[in-house]
Amino acid sequence: MATQLPKSVVPAKAGTHCSAARVLGRWIPAFAGMTVLLVLLLAALFSKAEAAERASDRQILHVLDRLAFGPTAADVRHIKAIGIDRYIAEQLEPESIPEPSGLTERLSGLETLKLDPVQLFAEYGPLRATDGATPTPEDQKARRQRSRLILEQAQAARVWRALYSPRQLQEVMVDFWYNHFNVFAGKGLDRLWIGAYEEAIRRHVLGKFRDLLGATSHHPAMLVYLDNVQNAAPGSKGLNGREAGINENYARELIELHTLGADGGYTQDDVVALSRILTGWSLVRPNALPEKGSGFRFYPARHDNGGKHFLGHDIAGNGEAEGEAALDLLAKSPATARHLAAKLAQYFVADQPPSALVDRLAARFIETDGDIKSVLQALFASREFRESSAAKYKSPYRFVLSAARAAGVTGDNPKPLLGAMARLGQPLYRCATPDGYRDSEAAWLSPDASLLRVNFATALAGGKLPIAEGAEPVGAASLLATLGSGLSGKTRAAVAKAPAELQAALMLGSPDFMRR
Amino acid sequence: MPIRRRDFLGLSAGASLFALRGGAWAASGDAGQKRLVIVLLRGAADGLNIVVPYGDEAYYAARPTIAIARPGAENGALALDEHFGLHPALAGLQPLWQAKQLAFVHAAGSPDPTRSHFDAQLFIESGTPGRRGTPDGWMNRLLAALPNASRGPTEALAVGPTVPQILKGRMPVANLSLGPAAATPLAIDKPEVASAFDRLYAGKDAIAQTYRQGRMARTELISGLPIPAEPTDAGAPPPNGFPAQAERLAGLLAHDPKIRFAVVSLGGWDTHVRQGNHAGQLAERLGPLGDGLAAFAKALGRAWQDTVVVLLSEFGRTVRENGDGGTDHGHGNVIALLGGPVQGSRVYGEWLGLAPAALYEGRDLAVSTDFRTVLACVIGRHLRVPDRSLTTIFPGFASPRSDIDRIIA
Repeated sequence: MATQLPKSVVPAKAGTHCSAARVLGRWIPAFAGMTVLLVLLLAALFSKAEAAERASDRQILHVLDRLAFGPTAADVRHIKAIGIDRYIAEQLEPESIPEPSGLTERLSGLETLKLDPVQLFAEYGPLRATDGATPTPEDQKARRQRSRLILEQAQAARVWRALYSPRQLQEVMVDFWYNHFNVFAGKGLDRLWIGAYEEAIRRHVLGKFRDLLGATSHHPAMLVYLDNVQNAAPGSKGLNGREAGINENYARELIELHTLGADGGYTQDDVVALSRILTGWSLVRPNALPEKGSGFRFYPARHDNGGKHFLGHDIAGNGEAEGEAALDLLAKSPATARHLAAKLAQYFVADQPPSALVDRLAARFIETDGDIKSVLQALFASREFRESSAAKYKSPYRFVLSAARAAGVTGDNPKPLLGAMARLGQPLYRCATPDGYRDSEAAWLSPDASLLRVNFATALAGGKLPIAEGAEPVGAASLLATLGSGLSGKTRAAVAKAPAELQAALMLGSPDFMRR
Repeated sequence: MPIRRRDFLGLSAGASLFALRGGAWAASGDAGQKRLVIVLLRGAADGLNIVVPYGDEAYYAARPTIAIARPGAENGALALDEHFGLHPALAGLQPLWQAKQLAFVHAAGSPDPTRSHFDAQLFIESGTPGRRGTPDGWMNRLLAALPNASRGPTEALAVGPTVPQILKGRMPVANLSLGPAAATPLAIDKPEVASAFDRLYAGKDAIAQTYRQGRMARTELISGLPIPAEPTDAGAPPPNGFPAQAERLAGLLAHDPKIRFAVVSLGGWDTHVRQGNHAGQLAERLGPLGDGLAAFAKALGRAWQDTVVVLLSEFGRTVRENGDGGTDHGHGNVIALLGGPVQGSRVYGEWLGLAPAALYEGRDLAVSTDFRTVLACVIGRHLRVPDRSLTTIFPGFASPRSDIDRIIA
């Protein structure tokens, strides 16, 4: 950012019409006056430059607080070198950013992340009777315990990427979209598919919304979570060959939460119509398991092939294609554009986002056929975004990750961080309800959690969390260098007065650090 | 044909069978602090299988695989009166029913038609059905309506790491996770750490104020909790059943008379699939609920005589079971009230029946009692809040005179 000379500072006119004696007589005070003016001028210039630099540093922190999970020393250096605009452009093209080998090596050690849903079921799912031999309850229990590995590995991968991947915006959007299409690890067989589901989402987080919708609607994790595996035409033989019927659960949330939004102008009849459209969308049978695959299967015999009236459109009986047509309608609806624009603006700008911004983002969404990258481009370029520094209260997920990043942790044990998220009310992959976690101050600011955050900051800063082997206390000076421009004068003064061993804790636990 | 609930007589015979701990204290005239505990059953608990209308043939016709059998049959409902029975998994509550300390209001709910969990919960908590923009919750407005302002943040306690909508608002409140680790010492309990952070949080903004409420509340609350023997592993979620949590809450309330209001949320009621009948997913949720409430009543000791517990769920579930042995989102539901001041052993509310013509939109139990009518009665008759304050607690709502008024002694 260019430094401008303040216009009010003009060289002073001194003694133009004076006699020599008077000039001589006044020379000393005039000189003194000139000196004072000069000092003032220099001070003004200097503080102006300093203020401009601070403003620019604050803007860097702002961008890292929104496009990333908060600043690290390295990220701040990187933006200073290339500038904010280039950083944003870079983040919108994650494939162009190489991932460090340390991270890719760690990730490649997580074997369950390499398996597709069918392989995961075969490897870790319930044992089936083979050749007439029924597995014992003990065998099943052991199998179930083994399947915990999947969730542990998914959690580790999520946390490592959020901490260490330079593709920060991608990981921020994984958090956003996973939460938008939330599934709960505690629901039935979903414990097997959490990681695979997230991978399916990660591929599209900056792509077309319709692709995300397609990926989630066909995924075993979603089909199980919202019961569509059991949604079948009345009178047909459903899953497990039992008498079946309509189940509205997925259709309702698909409309209310994933697309149109609660005030998207639909009726109970639309919910029933979409339920009927989605009859037969289910999973491959365990006894007819292919070697690998997505796990999705459409069952024509369970599908209600009658005509439907959905969102004002007549949809003739056409098997699986009806569902695709319905997803097209939902993805193209202006209500969906508005709902998603508002949610993105709430996530990236403010709890009550300016409606003019939401309008523009919704328009961008419609113009680009739901291109998420284009919508984000418009969002990050907006005045509303740039002027919203520190307007958001961090969710527990954000708070914990941003503290760990600022502290410069390098370890690979994510458990202390996962435990802190859980205690603060946001256990990873464990939001039981399909609306996901809220992202607002009202949702998270609570008396008890305020103390738990301070406690976490103190433990982290003191090097007491076993994230890495032999963790050391966090150095206050380097933390101040990274976070300083985001801290208020009051906070900096209070930190400076505090005992040295508490200074880092105070910065990470400060009211300023609760915001982003 | 509609049956008027007020025509029914409650069972009276059972009362003497159960020697209730609280009976003697009530007689002694111990006038303690009036308390209200709200239990939010999030996810729409199936009221028709909780308080079963076994007298309605239509109930059995609509639920071929998940209906609770009639009283007397194997695994049948526990008879409440000649029309309604209790889910057998709630047997733990039977002594309270017999002691006339448990009542139900059936076919209760919100006048708003939404079948969205999230909107419906918001409306139940804000107390303003149909209005999404209400910034605060009715219980917070209730705090503001009570005499003697500035009674401190521990007057109302939310159990859990966040403050639910029902308690949001300008009055300070407290929250506390009541897991086994609730009283584990924190760094902030050390004076030098506390004073350093207190200086940072001296401002007037919401973050600083909330922190200070937390500091005040923690100092007061943790003295009422047992300190666990060992700190729990930071990575593993501690075991946290409702009965244990309810007992810890009762311990807190018994220890600290300043806590007058508490809110507990329980999830897992959204039984779209295989909800089961006497056994199954719903039964597995109801067992700990009933046992927890019974434990709560017991652990509260004499304070139970001045406590009312209200169980609310955002809406009921479809009368007809769906294709998967579950139920989908419905409308009218049951509200439960427990406590010394409750005129129990009765199912209140107008019962319009389950015949197709009586159903809401042809599929759900219709609402005959607004949930605010029940709450207004508790607020007025139990907490003695004057009628004029109700207009701020439930704006735009005029509570009709009804039989419901008799639910509180």
